[in-house]
Amino acid sequence: MSQRIPVKELTDSFRGRAVGALADDQLRTNFRVAMDSLMKKRADAFPDEAEREGLRELGNHIKARALSRLPDLLEQLEAKLTDNGVKVHWAETTEEANQIVHAIIESKKGSQVVKGKSMVSEEMEMNDYLAERNIECLESDMGEYIVQLDGEKPSHIIMPAIHKNRFQVSKLFHDKLGVDETEDVNELIQIGRRTLRQKFLEADVGVSGVNFAIAETGTLLLVENEGNGRMSTTAPPVHIAVTGIEKVVENLRDVVPLLSLLTRSALGQPITTYVNMISGPRKADELDGPEEVHLVLLDNGRSGAFADAQLRQTLNCIRCGACMNHCPVYTRVGGHTYGEVYPGPIGKIITPHMVGLHQVPDHPSASSLCGACGEVCPVKIPIPEMLQRLRQENVKSPAEQPAVKDGGAKYSRKERAIWRFWATLNTSPVFYRWFLWGATRLRKLAPKNVGPWTENHSAPVPARRSLHDLAKAHLNQGDRL
Amino acid sequence: MSELFYDAAPNATRVAPERPKPRSYPAKPTEVTLFGTCVVDLFFPEAGLDAIRLLEREGIRVHFPQAQSCCGQPAWTSGYVNEAREVARAQLNLLDNDLPVVVPSGSCAGMFRQHYREVFAEEPDTLKRVESLAERTFELTEFLLHVCTVDWQDLGQPTQIALHTSCSARREMNTHLHARELLGKLANVERLDHDHESECCGFGGTFSVRMPEVSGAMVLDKTRSLRESGAAEMITADGGCLLNINGSLEKQQQAFRGRHLASFLWERVSGEVTP
Repeated sequence: MSQRIPVKELTDSFRGRAVGALADDQLRTNFRVAMDSLMKKRADAFPDEAEREGLRELGNHIKARALSRLPDLLEQLEAKLTDNGVKVHWAETTEEANQIVHAIIESKKGSQVVKGKSMVSEEMEMNDYLAERNIECLESDMGEYIVQLDGEKPSHIIMPAIHKNRFQVSKLFHDKLGVDETEDVNELIQIGRRTLRQKFLEADVGVSGVNFAIAETGTLLLVENEGNGRMSTTAPPVHIAVTGIEKVVENLRDVVPLLSLLTRSALGQPITTYVNMISGPRKADELDGPEEVHLVLLDNGRSGAFADAQLRQTLNCIRCGACMNHCPVYTRVGGHTYGEVYPGPIGKIITPHMVGLHQVPDHPSASSLCGACGEVCPVKIPIPEMLQRLRQENVKSPAEQPAVKDGGAKYSRKERAIWRFWATLNTSPVFYRWFLWGATRLRKLAPKNVGPWTENHSAPVPARRSLHDLAKAHLNQGDRL
Repeated sequence: MSELFYDAAPNATRVAPERPKPRSYPAKPTEVTLFGTCVVDLFFPEAGLDAIRLLEREGIRVHFPQAQSCCGQPAWTSGYVNEAREVARAQLNLLDNDLPVVVPSGSCAGMFRQHYREVFAEEPDTLKRVESLAERTFELTEFLLHVCTVDWQDLGQPTQIALHTSCSARREMNTHLHARELLGKLANVERLDHDHESECCGFGGTFSVRMPEVSGAMVLDKTRSLRESGAAEMITADGGCLLNINGSLEKQQQAFRGRHLASFLWERVSGEVTP
């Protein structure tokens, strides 16, 4: 199946990595089983279709309203957080964000960081950045801990180790931690927890993400199910939260529907086990909590998406992962095939703004546009429409000035010429009917090898007579209209 | 922060369009236009002819403008907007009258009803004609069900079938519901569910040749679940899926096949077997 793909592409392209993933039966089973379960959980969490659709519309409107005032809300958030004693930092690039985080840790002479789950920190590749500066950054979310232990990256934004089953985790723990193998999931979790417990107490700095940053009150809201988020943000003396600028919402009232959409869409939960609302460092009369709290607000291409009225909708995302759970492509190839931090349908539409289309040229095309993602998105991002738009930007010539970073990655004179020919054929009735006549009369000469199509299909053979012919004979009317 | 951030118009944010209200259907017309679609034209012309026969059976005069070609979808989904717009404009000009347009393929009907708005978004004058076409476009099954309100006697032998619906049709046109209800009118036809029924067959137009390995894995799963449903055959109202699924089954040397819904319906209600 892979012989026609050059060796370099086998590792460097979506398609090449997909070939490897598709050949891995264990991986495919793991994803299919997990995604089927997640789809059912979501469906069960929204038993009332009218309620679900109403809530999705509300979620969409709340995010649209917040985005329409984004610069103002961010300034309000900064002012309020500052009042609350939180230090706010702005980073245009991941490099800047890493420098900020590193400088804070340096100022505390810290060497150990414990991290709650944060996709933005993955975006920053914070672990590697800090490791190069002799700072240990330990993942404390169980899934993140597993992938870190195995030297991997997350394969899902909510469930980072979803590509592994319990037997694979058991073997990993045995190999890396020297514990006995066990197939008992609870025991596996306890092994992880025991290891992490000590780390929470020793850490100099805790790092976390943010689910919603509330401008009116200066509150950072963080949801999680394992308690590691609360430990990471309260046990160490310094807490650094990192987040993208699109996470800001106006007020706490707006959070209620968004939170319900998030937890029900992600894991089918009415609410997560922990909901942390962080409004500042420990006050003088308080017994616990960090002495310092920082927030790093990261742009990393988001303002580029913001500048385009259509693509701005990608910033609605609340990172629930439902689009990937329902995606027939993601389900078959898994998250690592995407080769970037954010996989699945949402990854395809937000990654180009971060890294440029030249780095992910195949992502917009790696979709049948089936629409399952858009159908389940809790904030109604029209994901197929975004993919179509990115395909437009992807085939633009330099002269057409693509509107997305490094657009025109798939510009090809040859392909453009083919579509020009196609347009000529389909706009000239005479030419089109001549084509039909030729294709049907010379059907026996139809090529037996039609490139990639005949890898999966028998060669298509045109009918003996076209519908144009059959209809004309049947209706005996010719060009009536 | 980047300069782009402050340059953007603050109120430029889009909100999701309102949920479409349930479609209200007109009374049965005396004449319609059939838009055959390019895939049916070249690969399944009998299905197009059977659609004409089904409509004529309801006392409707069918027009088939010989100047029709493709709705423009392949170029549109590939990102070639100008080429898609040219082809779309040719169809729009051709169908610029008052007649209802019946389409024996949900994804092409969806192109007329949903995506022409995006194709012509920057042409306000054209959009009026686009809205008129959208209003007059019906996928074959919904037209038979809700406009013709057919009442059929099933002349066929008892059979069990699986129904496959294209994704764009399912999500843009609700074709799966229409086809189910229509098949439910046939006394001797039992529709069997198949595993992951709502999942894409992997066609996706040019996706099938741009990502043949992923597309191939999808169609392999789809054909397996269709075969394992216990149905005698697969019925679909979409030419693209039919081309994909039957092509894959033939490559696998399976005897199981899919058939266009129009041909199946014509066989049941006329007693004639399409060759």
